[in-house]
Amino acid sequence: MTKQHANWSPYDNNGGSCVAIAGADYCVIAADTRMSTGYNILTRDYSKISQLADKSVMASSGFQADVKALQKVLSARHLIYQHQHNKQMSCPAMAQLLSNTLYYKRFFPYYAFNVLGGLDNEGKGCVFTYDAVGSYERVGYSSQGSGSTLIMPFLDNQLKSPSPLLLPAKDAVTPLSETEAVDLVKTVFASATERDIYTGDKLEIVILNASGIRREYMDLRRD
Amino acid sequence: MSPSFDLPPKGGFSFDLCRRNAMLESKGLKAPTFLKTGTTIVGLVFQDGVILGADTRATEGPIVADKNCEKIHYMAPNIYCCGAGTAADTEAVTDMVSSQLQLHRYHTGRESRVVTALTLLKKHLFNYQGHVSAALVLGGVDVTGPHLHTIYPHGSTDTLPFATMGSGSLAAMSVFESKYKEGLGRDEGVQLVVEAISAGIFNDLGSGSNVDVCVITKGHKDYLRNHLLPNPRTYVNPKGFTFPKKTEVLLTKIIPLKEVEVIEGDAMEE
Amino acid sequence: MSIFEYNGSALVAMVGKNCFAIASDRRLGVQLQTIATDFQRISKIHDKLFIGLSGLATDAQTLYQRLVFRHKLYQLREERDMKPETFASLVSAILYEKRQFGPYFCQPVIAGLGDDDKPFICTMDSIGAKELAKDFVVAGTASESLYGACESMFKPDMEPEELFETISQALLSSVDRDCLSGWGGHVYVVTPIEVKERILKGRMD
Repeated sequence: MTKQHANWSPYDNNGGSCVAIAGADYCVIAADTRMSTGYNILTRDYSKISQLADKSVMASSGFQADVKALQKVLSARHLIYQHQHNKQMSCPAMAQLLSNTLYYKRFFPYYAFNVLGGLDNEGKGCVFTYDAVGSYERVGYSSQGSGSTLIMPFLDNQLKSPSPLLLPAKDAVTPLSETEAVDLVKTVFASATERDIYTGDKLEIVILNASGIRREYMDLRRD
Repeated sequence: MSPSFDLPPKGGFSFDLCRRNAMLESKGLKAPTFLKTGTTIVGLVFQDGVILGADTRATEGPIVADKNCEKIHYMAPNIYCCGAGTAADTEAVTDMVSSQLQLHRYHTGRESRVVTALTLLKKHLFNYQGHVSAALVLGGVDVTGPHLHTIYPHGSTDTLPFATMGSGSLAAMSVFESKYKEGLGRDEGVQLVVEAISAGIFNDLGSGSNVDVCVITKGHKDYLRNHLLPNPRTYVNPKGFTFPKKTEVLLTKIIPLKEVEVIEGDAMEE
Repeated sequence: MSIFEYNGSALVAMVGKNCFAIASDRRLGVQLQTIATDFQRISKIHDKLFIGLSGLATDAQTLYQRLVFRHKLYQLREERDMKPETFASLVSAILYEKRQFGPYFCQPVIAGLGDDDKPFICTMDSIGAKELAKDFVVAGTASESLYGACESMFKPDMEPEELFETISQALLSSVDRDCLSGWGGHVYVVTPIEVKERILKGRMD
């Protein structure tokens, strides 16, 4: 018999956009809640954001089945870490773990585009941005997913960070206050929703700071 | 003898870049993508005429190119046509046929018939064997009463009491199939069309923004552009924003357009 | 690679209060190699009408020559300048003529002041599907970035100077996220009384 599934692909793209902004004493992680395939909306209320540890939160777009599997692996690894060290994993450690987990599947990758946001050991905001196979970088702000090309230029314009080549190294965190950062996130998502068909329905914003974790929601266009 | 320089064309397609572009493609360059109207378009026959409806989103891949485009095209005073597919084709084919209809009216001195428009459209589309990718919903009222047709890109046609086309056609058809009945009143008809288009707007990613409606009755039409605006922008920063760094200009050139008359102060006083 | 990305380009036009602005980048490249850094993509048709042609540079120049030719014929016959709406229809017709397999590989942006100085902006795909907008239009390899930037930065009814700052900021921040366009910008701000042409400083990478 000839092969029957020549056109079958193990991957799909469920769309959606993610943004993270790090400040001096906070971190804002946001994503829309639309999950879609092709021209269809699968659900309007699917959270792309998962809390991996007390002070690290990951937002992921791409193929949500892979994202789910990735989240499961990370939470299992984090549980083992807690048993072995009797503490929560720090955000930079979680960032390295995420990179290793992605690279482990270098030749059959998780189709997931992640941003990891959180607070480091000094309580400073940190954002890590990834490609699908684990290359990562610590930055002051980042965006991933279907609307990232629309969002990134405006973030650059408002938050342009110092070059990573400068010596002595400058801080990558943004100069904005927490409320300004939340306002900025709302603006860029409203804009991306106007022009990207895969972004919309609802915006979920997670804010991490010294007093803990807080969630905010805002409605986006549903068309 | 054909002139060697570039004169305004007499009409029809020109094929003189075909060989070059085929060569470029054979060398591995991708052919371009065109502006598409992802689209939900619908039409239905009611008590005393025809109602057409359309969304207003035009897409280019996953990006919205136009948030408020017009997809209900004029054909004749008593005939309108909704277009889905490649935007340039729907626009060109409806324009071409509407001009032929106008000439035909000058010639005969009679109101155009919907079947005339239908025949002209399908002839053109069949001629191009589906390469002119326009999927149309044609509706109008003429001496023989109200008519509604769908036309596929290859030139086949249907005659129906209610019709949907475009990527949102299934969403819209689900509304029609469950709620359409014969002899609807005007307001009921418009309500049903709006509901069908809204189903497309909210459930199909290729369709979006606003609802356009066109009601055609005997001797009268109402083009309700942006009949419903269900998708306003959701957030504008109340405080606005500033640019952290001003643009650096290297060179400025100013060309005045109007001659400014200079009147000397002294001359005025004299 | 798409043929539209061969030379690289970024084009944007915005409407203000009784004025408009049209801007482009200055790079001409062959894929990733930069050939020229002072390339003109925006051309003047008459004092109050400008056209920018994104996409394949050779087609942009050929198309521009044909358009100038057709506009001159019009001027001779009618003894007046074309209205922006008329010119847009002309461009659309010329592009659609080559619909079947042989399009010009450019996406035009047209901006002009019409009768009683009402601003008009418009863009098309490579086969002449007109897209009229009230706020802004974009084209070129940086179009997605430009959509995002303009969508966030645009405000209705801007005065010429604010319009200039907005379009410049939108252009420069967009081309910095696009490998195929950049090397500064070229901005025209047109009001009923004057045309201000400025060259912007941008990143040289």
